[in-house]
Amino acid sequence: MRRFFLIAVPYAWLLVLFLIPFVIVLKISLSDTELAIPPYTPTLDLSQGWAGIREFFAGLDLENFVWLTEDDLYWKAYLSSLWIATCSTILTLLIGFPIAYGMARSPEQWRATLMMLVILPFWTSFLIRVYAWMGILSQEGFLNQFLLWIGIIDSPLTILNTNTAVYIGIVYTYLPFMILPIYAALDRLDGSLIEAAEDLGCSRLMAFWLVTLPLSRPGIIAGCFLVFIPALGEFVIPSLLGGSGTLMIGKVLWEEFFSNRDWPVASAVAVVLLLILVIPIVLFQRNQQKQQEADQ
Amino acid sequence: MPRKLTGALATVALLAPFAVWAEEVRVYNWSDYIDEDLLKKFEEETGYDLIYDVFDSNEVLETKMLAGGSGYDVVVPTGDFLQRQVSAGAFQKLDKSKLPNAGNMWDMIEDRTSQYDPGNEYSINYMWGTTGVGMNVGKVKEVLGEDAPLNSMDLVLDPANMEKLADCGVYFLDAPTEIVPMVLQYLGEDPDSNDPDVISKAEAPLLAVRPHIKKFHSSEYINALANGDICVAVGWSGDVLQARDRAVEADNGVEIAYHPFAQGSLMWFDQMAIPTDAPNPEGAHAFLNFIMDAQNMAAASNYVYFANGNKASQEFLAEDVIGDVAIYPDDATLEKLYTKSPYPSKVQRVVTRMWTKVKSGT
Repeated sequence: MRRFFLIAVPYAWLLVLFLIPFVIVLKISLSDTELAIPPYTPTLDLSQGWAGIREFFAGLDLENFVWLTEDDLYWKAYLSSLWIATCSTILTLLIGFPIAYGMARSPEQWRATLMMLVILPFWTSFLIRVYAWMGILSQEGFLNQFLLWIGIIDSPLTILNTNTAVYIGIVYTYLPFMILPIYAALDRLDGSLIEAAEDLGCSRLMAFWLVTLPLSRPGIIAGCFLVFIPALGEFVIPSLLGGSGTLMIGKVLWEEFFSNRDWPVASAVAVVLLLILVIPIVLFQRNQQKQQEADQ
Repeated sequence: MPRKLTGALATVALLAPFAVWAEEVRVYNWSDYIDEDLLKKFEEETGYDLIYDVFDSNEVLETKMLAGGSGYDVVVPTGDFLQRQVSAGAFQKLDKSKLPNAGNMWDMIEDRTSQYDPGNEYSINYMWGTTGVGMNVGKVKEVLGEDAPLNSMDLVLDPANMEKLADCGVYFLDAPTEIVPMVLQYLGEDPDSNDPDVISKAEAPLLAVRPHIKKFHSSEYINALANGDICVAVGWSGDVLQARDRAVEADNGVEIAYHPFAQGSLMWFDQMAIPTDAPNPEGAHAFLNFIMDAQNMAAASNYVYFANGNKASQEFLAEDVIGDVAIYPDDATLEKLYTKSPYPSKVQRVVTRMWTKVKSGT
């Protein structure tokens, strides 16, 4: 009985915060848009009993998903989001790993302070931090002023409202999510393993490659997921830092919902986005599990 | 005695929350669209707590209205959007008996707004204006020469001009229902057309200038113009004039000017209305009546540089507001202004698709 409750809690959590909202979104994605409150039809009318329920289901169709395939805008936006999310995950990893490595290798008494410094930016609202980047990157901003002052450039660089600014924004924002899990993995790493590798004739680089890196793999994977998943659906960063040429699915979703006021199509976009995220992750986890079982 | 004092203090402490407890009025208005002193004045005069939020797109407002339960008591949609939302049942009829200041309104404007709200039953006019072009005069002349077509749509719709302007930055409003009619007007088509074939003619000219547009945004351009970050913005009259004001205040050598288009500009009306499910319709009426007061309305216009629909307020308007033809156009300009009725929902989809396509440049 106790076991049942233990399992029931996470399942109830999933049901309330994931499954039920998903079913609502799925339902709207099968509806038609209409100028009314709420702006779609059909809505479930229980007062009419069975007839109402039958009418409700008869009104649902896949029209909006067909619409998504007919307009190449959506595929371009999905692909472009995947591309931006992948690149920024790699960039974040390249910057985050050395930081985490340095933190794990630093003297014990410094670590808490270093950890604090990584977490510190979270004390300010995410929105304000992205706004700050607008001030830094704009034509008249700090960065351009500084570069002009030291004489590296003659005319201000256009960074704000380009994809470069989006990369900067994403890498900056999600860097702690990469550093922390990698640091956790490296911190647990048994230093004697590396000593052993070196004793057995590995160069330092080889020891890093053969021992440190494979053992920090869980941290790297967790960090990559933590960066990739929110970056894929990111809306705030591309809309504040990106230009009108920055095509990301989060922005398309917002536009469908707020500009086109087309809830059904917006919901269809969201359902597809979820499938794009969930299916590879499920496949990946299954693969991992199989490997683990094979290892045992 | 000390004990008595404590007792008294405790009573005060208990009562205090009730004493300051006031009913809330929640207003959802466009950004940079009021003199904030008026908000304080409203609270002082009526005793209501005013919660004032802002938006910068009719589409966002409509999404909230149609979702229902927005929690706002007063919202400010533009005429054509108001008409759509009235037909969706989003607004309640005004109780004119609670609006004694209604006599201050300007019949010329009420005539025009009745196109969207017959009999002005659901709304009052807050401000009206034109959609034209704002610019950093010095920079534009530097790029295009002294004889730059400052008040012509050629400035923003002729790719040759736009290519040269691209480097110093051009913003367009992110408002398809205003930009599409503008392009149709440029092409000599009916800007109020609901025919998808006519509307689709606007796509090619927009795509032609699209690579040279830095951003589609409906509020950032005020600061961007004032700071000298951009040199041209297709925008709303008063917003550009606010940018002019901010540039003067900053004393940064940026000179901003606004022009309605010589080819004719869109004339729009922002209407205050009360949502059907407003939590405090009583307070909402009080707010509308407060706004319709001649001096309050004049203070708002003097601050935001938009014309208002309040005849009685005109004697309190500053000379650089009532005397500026960019704000209160002369008869010749007025004649060239056109209005836009709402798109039917099928046509709306065509317009928004085209807009997404134009914005993403694909």
